[in-house]
Amino acid sequence: MSATAEPILEVEGLKKYFPIRKGLLRRVVGQVRAVDDVSFAIAPGETLSLVGESGCGKTTTARCILRALRPTAGSIRFRTEEGRMIDVANLSRGELHPLRRRMQMIFQDPFSSLNPRMTIADIIGEPLLVNGMRDARERRRRVAELLDMVQLPAAYMNRFPHAFSGGQRQRIGIARALALEPALVVADEPVSALDVSVQAQIVNLLLDLQDRLGLAYLFVAHDLSVVKHMSHRVAVMYVGKIVELAPTEPLFTRPLHPYTEALLSAVPVPDPRGRSKRIVLEGEVADPSRPPTGCAFHPRCRYAVERCRLEVPALREILPGRAVRCHRAEELELQAVAVPADRRVAARAS
Amino acid sequence: MAEPILSVVDLRTWYHTEEGVVRAVDGASFEVFPGRTLGIVGESGCGKSVTARSILRIVERPGRIEGGRILLRRREPDGSERVVDLVRLDPRGREMRQIRGGEIGLVFQEPMTSLSAYHTIGNQLVEAIRLHMPLSRAEARARAIDLLRMVGVPRPDQRIDAYSFELSGGLRQRVMIALALAAEPRILLADEPTTALDVTTQAQILDLVRRLQGERGLAVVLITHDMGVIAEMADEVVVMYLGRAVERGPVDVIFHEPAHPYTRALLRSIPSVLARPRERLATITGSIPHPYSRPPGCPFHPRCESFVPGRCDRAVPAETRLGPRHVVACFLHGEASAETPH
Repeated sequence: MSATAEPILEVEGLKKYFPIRKGLLRRVVGQVRAVDDVSFAIAPGETLSLVGESGCGKTTTARCILRALRPTAGSIRFRTEEGRMIDVANLSRGELHPLRRRMQMIFQDPFSSLNPRMTIADIIGEPLLVNGMRDARERRRRVAELLDMVQLPAAYMNRFPHAFSGGQRQRIGIARALALEPALVVADEPVSALDVSVQAQIVNLLLDLQDRLGLAYLFVAHDLSVVKHMSHRVAVMYVGKIVELAPTEPLFTRPLHPYTEALLSAVPVPDPRGRSKRIVLEGEVADPSRPPTGCAFHPRCRYAVERCRLEVPALREILPGRAVRCHRAEELELQAVAVPADRRVAARAS
Repeated sequence: MAEPILSVVDLRTWYHTEEGVVRAVDGASFEVFPGRTLGIVGESGCGKSVTARSILRIVERPGRIEGGRILLRRREPDGSERVVDLVRLDPRGREMRQIRGGEIGLVFQEPMTSLSAYHTIGNQLVEAIRLHMPLSRAEARARAIDLLRMVGVPRPDQRIDAYSFELSGGLRQRVMIALALAAEPRILLADEPTTALDVTTQAQILDLVRRLQGERGLAVVLITHDMGVIAEMADEVVVMYLGRAVERGPVDVIFHEPAHPYTRALLRSIPSVLARPRERLATITGSIPHPYSRPPGCPFHPRCESFVPGRCDRAVPAETRLGPRHVVACFLHGEASAETPH
């Protein structure tokens, strides 16, 4: 799936800097460049995942798009119901309101995002009420429909959140997000707090709902295994910038950025026969208030040359649909995910 | 293989709450060998952390060890060895205090809460060293710097005077490991040591644990929910579900010839970087029951594909040996245990 055809969302040159203030006068002494020149697009029915380690700016990017934060610079063009593209980056609250129902959010911790004093019917029905569905009977009918969509019995609507398990609460969170028939759902680590056996159910549910409703997902996650199961395309972020953007399969089988390579290599493969020589990165993620000169990854990069220290690489499309922010992308032969020997045989046979 | 340094036999740790008895650990047995890593894996409520707390005798009220043995092979000053049952020791007594942090070093998930914010990491290290070794403050400080260097803390002579909040998550976990190794333990007990860390930092810490184990012949008990980390690190694996060790065996057997339906289902449901993009995951129906409403019989039966009515819901399956080191508790493979069902 390509995002070039009629995207639902187009982000361009997005920046979010947080000032660092010091002293009695709270003078600005520096900037944390949490998001620093991020661009991507998402098509209807598509999942784009933002991946990276803590502090890479993936959550800040998501919050800017939902306008929970006001971006420092850049545009966030979002398609209206009528098909026009509107830049939401600088809209006021009032101007945003009619667009809000088209973009919804699913959170990591379903418990803290559900009000413990409200019944499930109230929690899921609230956005309906706020958006003008005054008739209580009609609302309950719609809540029942939404519960069915997330595979929960309609009878649950009179219960309170504490009566539910983590997985059920996440289903309730999803039902609420879908209440207003959004076109885009931003999901920030929606399964990372769940147990494995429940996580699988929620991943499948999200995939099914997308196929059925044509939703676009912006999926924010740190777990590359879950990302593999969810995404059409993946954007890897490092210190506020997208360093690689690619369709899912080639990103995993043929990474083009050394950071992607290291990230893939660090993921433990759930197979003892897959124990391999991994690339262990030295040092730590750079401080976004004092990013290194040139490419922010260069101090940890085993392929870095003089140029990487001096020049900030641009995000370049070097293969169709594949963009990478690395001076040496064309010449490097990077490692893919290590496939255990017996699986390689199995894959060839099938 | 050498003799185990730690043997846990049929451990039972229950919590007596007002709402009823929670059998947090209800029949767990395994052995830990020098120079090898035992992985204990399971989802929330499986009892893996309570097992660790039981070994250390830090189970807090209303929890209590109800039965079983925790046999530790201790080294005497004269070089001979003696087996002690930790269950019989006074949790606050001198011997248990020597063992906890002395012979068994501990690493927890969140070093921020396990390290004091009021003392420099150097002071905490010096204190831990002097608790278990007859050294002066100056000697202990020199050893603390050595320990920090050994766990890969850069500029250890400066970092020793830092506070834990001044360090990154990865560095804090390294300090936590230095602290665990301060008294030269023979066993390292690590409860979700990398769960709060990013993957590249996790890879660094797992590498460190492996290196230290190789250098010192440490026995490692690694408790985690992450099958990837288990595949990466463990020699032997114990799979727990609702307080019971449902299967244990060598890591390759657990991953490639799992015998318990729970182990099989769990392995199938793990997302993998090797999957096809957008591939649906196999799921386990239902969810983990609340600890107060523990199913009778085999605790996994309501979610089990191979459930046999009248059998799995009536009696608890006993452990059956399938191979020299491969043990499973399931009626597909064996009979009921002598204990009364509950």
